[in-house]
Amino acid sequence: MKFASRLVSYDPAPGDRFRPISTPIYQTATFEQEHADSFGEYDYSRSGNPTRAVLEKHVALLENGTRGFCFSSGMAALSTMTKLLRSGDEILADIDLYGGTCRLFSKVLDRGGIAVRYADARDAERFERQITPGTRLIHVESPTNPMLRVIDLRRMAAMAHAHGALLSVDNSTMSPYLQNPLDLGADIVVHSATKFLGGHHDVTAGAIVVKEEALAEQIYFTQNAEGNALGPFDCFLLLRGLKTLKLRLDCQQKNALAIAQFLAIHKDIQRVYFPGLSEDPGYGLQRSQARGAGSVLSFTTGSGDISKAIAEHAKFFRITVSFGSVNSSISMPGSMSHASVPPEVMAERKMPADLVRISVGIEDEEDLMGDLDRAIHAAMPRTQVAIGS
Amino acid sequence: MEIALSTKDLHDSTVAIHGGRTLDSHASSILFPLYQTSTFVHDAVGVDKGFSYSRVSNPTVDALEKAIGALEGTPPAVCFRTGMAAIATLFLSVLKAGDHAVISDVVYGGTMRLFREVLDGLGITASFVDTSEPANIEAAITAATRIVFIETPGNPTLKLTDIEAVSRITKRHSILLAVDNTFLTPLLQKPLELGADISVLSTTKYIDGHNATVGGSVATRDENLLERLRLIRKTIGTTQAPFEAWLTLQGMKTLPVRLKLHCEGAAIIARWLEDHPAVERVYYPGLDSFPQKALAEKQQLAAGGMLAFELKAGAEATIRALNSVKLCSRAESLGGLETLITHPSSTTHADLEPELRRGLGITDRLVRLSVGLEAPEDIIADLEQAIAAAGCDGAVEGDAHEIR
Repeated sequence: MKFASRLVSYDPAPGDRFRPISTPIYQTATFEQEHADSFGEYDYSRSGNPTRAVLEKHVALLENGTRGFCFSSGMAALSTMTKLLRSGDEILADIDLYGGTCRLFSKVLDRGGIAVRYADARDAERFERQITPGTRLIHVESPTNPMLRVIDLRRMAAMAHAHGALLSVDNSTMSPYLQNPLDLGADIVVHSATKFLGGHHDVTAGAIVVKEEALAEQIYFTQNAEGNALGPFDCFLLLRGLKTLKLRLDCQQKNALAIAQFLAIHKDIQRVYFPGLSEDPGYGLQRSQARGAGSVLSFTTGSGDISKAIAEHAKFFRITVSFGSVNSSISMPGSMSHASVPPEVMAERKMPADLVRISVGIEDEEDLMGDLDRAIHAAMPRTQVAIGS
Repeated sequence: MEIALSTKDLHDSTVAIHGGRTLDSHASSILFPLYQTSTFVHDAVGVDKGFSYSRVSNPTVDALEKAIGALEGTPPAVCFRTGMAAIATLFLSVLKAGDHAVISDVVYGGTMRLFREVLDGLGITASFVDTSEPANIEAAITAATRIVFIETPGNPTLKLTDIEAVSRITKRHSILLAVDNTFLTPLLQKPLELGADISVLSTTKYIDGHNATVGGSVATRDENLLERLRLIRKTIGTTQAPFEAWLTLQGMKTLPVRLKLHCEGAAIIARWLEDHPAVERVYYPGLDSFPQKALAEKQQLAAGGMLAFELKAGAEATIRALNSVKLCSRAESLGGLETLITHPSSTTHADLEPELRRGLGITDRLVRLSVGLEAPEDIIADLEQAIAAAGCDGAVEGDAHEIR
């Protein structure tokens, strides 16, 4: 079955006696038991819920995994994943990670005696030299947020496994439609489902998908023990949003490529970061491991003030954190989504202060380009505008 | 495991919680699932599982209908998108061109509009009469009359109609009697036990109780009428929605405890208003001064959470007082946790002819209060400061904050 069919062709309500076409919302905390001394399939919604079960199975199959788990946020998913580690273990992570992930890794995990090393995963040989006997997990995003650097996931998987470590990939910028890290050798896929999976910015959610039953059991144990699973109504919204994943992304990618090409030749734009452009350093690698470049891209202008003014002048591109929605958004990662990155990591990341990140939605392509063109024009210092032209 | 729970011998406070109880498909969740779906898959052509399309019926809406029916002492009720959808569907189900209805003149303004703007054009007519005097009904009934529709207590002056007395008339004429029981709910007044054929509710009000949904219901023991209501409902598409039904089911579980507090608060505020020097008169069935107190005690189990009052000062001062409330909210609707204050002559009953309005006692000085679950002392303090701020005569005399 092709991906478009898989998005909608699944049993929405297994075993349901009424056979609804849409998954029922089991907005319930607890379940009545047939016997006083044993439990049925469901007993308490923290431990399991029929609505969530449909979503988790669906997400697992879309990522070509065997078990899926959904959480109250992407960070809750990431946090649960780190519970695979013990005190003394180490994480080796790429330098360009979402700010919240850096905060979790650097300011929370250290309390449990788990250390994190950051290195540039694009330089695989140097990256590998950072592996120590304590390294239990390699964690990367690809393409990365917000620099859109492409990491060689096959190589990361081989490296991790050669050292007895696991590879986890945050696939939020791609979604299972464009990239399946498990097929490339990763052990764990993590999503902020708030992004492309939900696609409408009406739900905050996270997901983990794995292939190995032993890993699945550990993740389930933590999900139940810590109680951070996604609520039934949010599961329903996510199931609903997922049905149009391909439609949305097809349109968003087409728009994003047109905008990237437009920005790449724009005289006031210094540099565009987008692996869908043939001149981008990640272009070839992206094509080898993913089925598209997504719809998130970044660019620089040479001036933090101009970048800020562009964001503030744009109309269709609303200033918001997050990405992947049907609505286009614009942000300054340095002061928004990545403000929580520790200064020393920030220095190593070399993230430009004038970096603008946009997430391209499904608005009309010409409207979006016209909007950015107007915003860029309005943001340029007045003296540079030729009078009478 | 399917345990059939008979609600027949249970108390209302138990029925409010367990009335919708029906074990779900397979998971036995303690709450009925929200079937937010438009359609249902058929096992084979023409073979469904009892549900086919949510305009016709939906498992979650079914659970609400079972719950309301249990409270009403009827088979499962028929639930609608709004209270007006319930009333409109009821009239379209029992009336055809040439037919006639007799309706309380105190009925909700939307019901009058329904006749004036919709049913009249279909050749269906109505007489709006003062049903507090049953003889008026007898006089209005013609050979074409098919239904008498009363609202008691009436909105907004709480005028009562004797359900039992009216039912004797309708039975003699072999016509239907419907009671809009929104102000009291089946917990405080049981129209079908008093002889009515049909109980109508705007579930938006006390049944939901949280100002979270809009909805309506019609309950009856007449199986043919139930079938007819469901047929017309599916034909004109006035069916309640699953999420609204789910929220309503949740809200109505606390109906007994909420109503108890609504009634207690309203009684305290009514007595305080009655003793207030700036207040001309108070309409509340629990007051000794209420002209129909004996009827209230006969057919109601409590006086309810709604009251109305008139200030001695003029219409302008009344509006100033309404504009000065801080805790109470100026809003239409009623029966929720929040106290709502309304100026009927300019809002809920603005559509009525001024002469008719005055005849119903809806003066420009009349204020309606849906007493919420805030502390009565706080509601009183808010009303007191609003009356004082409006400069109504006498408002500053005496110990304003004393609660009797």
